[in-house]
Amino acid sequence: MWRGDSVFLLENLVLKDFRIRYRNMSLGVLWSVLNPLVMMGALTFVFTRIFPSPVKNFPVFVLCGLVPYNFFTLAWASGTTSVVDSAPLVKRIPMPREIVPIAAVLSTCLHLLIQILLLLSAVVVFGGHWNLHWLWLPVVWILEVIFVCGLAMLTSAVNVYIRDTRYVVESATTVLFWLVPIFYSFDAIPAKYVGIYELNPVANLVFCLRNILLQAKSPPSSSLVKLSLVSFTMLGLGTLVFRRGKRGFFEHI
Amino acid sequence: MPVIEFKNVSKCFHRHAGQMLLRDRIARLLRPEPRERFYALSNVSFEAKAGESIAIIGHNGAGKSTLLNLATSLCDPTDGTVTVNGRVAALLELGSGFHPDLTGAENVRINAALLGLNRAQARASFDQIVDFSGIGDFMDEPLRTYSTGMMMRLAFSVAVNVDPDILIVDEVLGVGDQAFFSKCFDRIMQFRRAGKTILCVSHSLPTLTTLCDRGIWLDHGRVVRAGRVEGLIEEYSHSLGTPLTTAAEAR
Repeated sequence: MWRGDSVFLLENLVLKDFRIRYRNMSLGVLWSVLNPLVMMGALTFVFTRIFPSPVKNFPVFVLCGLVPYNFFTLAWASGTTSVVDSAPLVKRIPMPREIVPIAAVLSTCLHLLIQILLLLSAVVVFGGHWNLHWLWLPVVWILEVIFVCGLAMLTSAVNVYIRDTRYVVESATTVLFWLVPIFYSFDAIPAKYVGIYELNPVANLVFCLRNILLQAKSPPSSSLVKLSLVSFTMLGLGTLVFRRGKRGFFEHI
Repeated sequence: MPVIEFKNVSKCFHRHAGQMLLRDRIARLLRPEPRERFYALSNVSFEAKAGESIAIIGHNGAGKSTLLNLATSLCDPTDGTVTVNGRVAALLELGSGFHPDLTGAENVRINAALLGLNRAQARASFDQIVDFSGIGDFMDEPLRTYSTGMMMRLAFSVAVNVDPDILIVDEVLGVGDQAFFSKCFDRIMQFRRAGKTILCVSHSLPTLTTLCDRGIWLDHGRVVRAGRVEGLIEEYSHSLGTPLTTAAEAR
C-alpha cells in the first residue's frame, strides 16, 4: 500500500515531463508559440486567398480553433502512451498508477498556458478588449482538461492491452482537424448536425472561446451544460476503465 | 502483528502475455487455444516480523523477484493473500524512476515523492540523502554522466533515507565500491536495530549470511526450505556444488 502525498507526486511528475521536453530544445518554450503561428499563417493564406472565407479577422478566428485543437491532440497522444512509456515506474514503484496519465495531460497544460497567452495577445492586437466575460475562460478550459484526463485514462489503459491504440488515436486526431470547426464557423454547420458538434467537447470549447473572445459575450448555458456533462461522464468512464485495467498492467507491460 | 505476511501465495503468468498487438488479439479470438500457464510462485507462505531480515535464495527463475514484486504490491497474487503493513522502499532495479536527462538533485526529489514523502519530509531528508550518497558536486549534473556505481549510491541513499518500514533489495548492492558497501551495511544494521524489516535477494552468499537472520530457499516457485540463514546457505551452496562433484566423479 502506497500512503504518500499524491498531489506532491503529481506536481513532481508534471515538472519532470516539462523539464525533459524543454531541456532538449534549443529554442525551449518558443516552439509552443511558433507552431500555432505558422499554422495560423498557412490557414489564413488558404482561406483568404484561395477559398475566401466570409469570416472577419480570420487569423485570430482560426487561432481560437487551433489552440484548443493543439492542446487536445498533444495531451491525448501523450496521455495515451504514458503508461506504456513509464514502464520503469509502473513496474517498479508501487505508486497509484492513475497519476501517470494525469501527469502526462497536466504537463501539456504548461505548454497550453503559453498558447493561451498568445491567443489573448492576438485578440488584443486585432482590436479586442478584455472584459468580464473572460472570467469564463478558466471554467471552459478546466472542463476541457477534465475531459482529456478522463479520455487519457481510458486510452492509456487500453493501450497496455492493445498496443495499436496509439495509432488509432493518432488517426483520430488527424480526422478531428476537419470535424472541429477550426477554419469554418459554427454558423456554417447545417442545423441537423449542430447537436452532434456540441457533444464534441473540443468543438464545444472552440465555440465557447469564440463567443468569449471574438463576440465578447458569455457562452450559452446549453453549451456549458453539455461541455460539463460530457467531461464528467468521460472522467467517470476513464476512471472506471483504468481501475479495471490496472490490475493487469504489471503482467502486460 | 507480522509486517509482511504471505498466505498460500501463488502467482501465475500466461505465456502469451507479451504479444499485445491487435492482430494477436484477433488471431486469439478467431482461433482460441488454451493459454499456457506458468507458475512463478506456488503455494508460498511465510511471515516477517518487525526487525527481521530475510534472505531469499535460489537459482535464476526460481521466483525470487516475483516474491519481491508481490511484497512491494506491484502485482496481485493469483491465489492466496499478501499483507504488507508499512511504507516500503524497494530497490528492485538500479535507477528505476530515475531519468537520465535530469540532474541528480532533481531525480532525488522525484524519487522521494515516488516513495511517498510529502513536501516537508522531502525537503527535510534532502541534505541527508546527498550527504549519504557522497556524490557532492555532481548532484547538479545530469544523471547520464554518472557511473553505474554513482547511480547505485544515489538510489540506495534515497531508499534508506526516506525512513521506510520495510526495505526490499534485489541484487543491487554489488555495484558500489567497498567503502560505500560498508556504509550501506552499517545503515542496514542500524535499520535492523530500529526494528525495520528487510527482504533481500542476492547471489553473494557471504553478504546474506552477515545481513540476514532467516532465509527462504526457492526452487521453481516452491519453498524448498526455510529457516536460520547459516544452515540454509550451507545447504544451498552444497546443492550448488553437488552437480559439479558428481560430474567430477563420473569422469
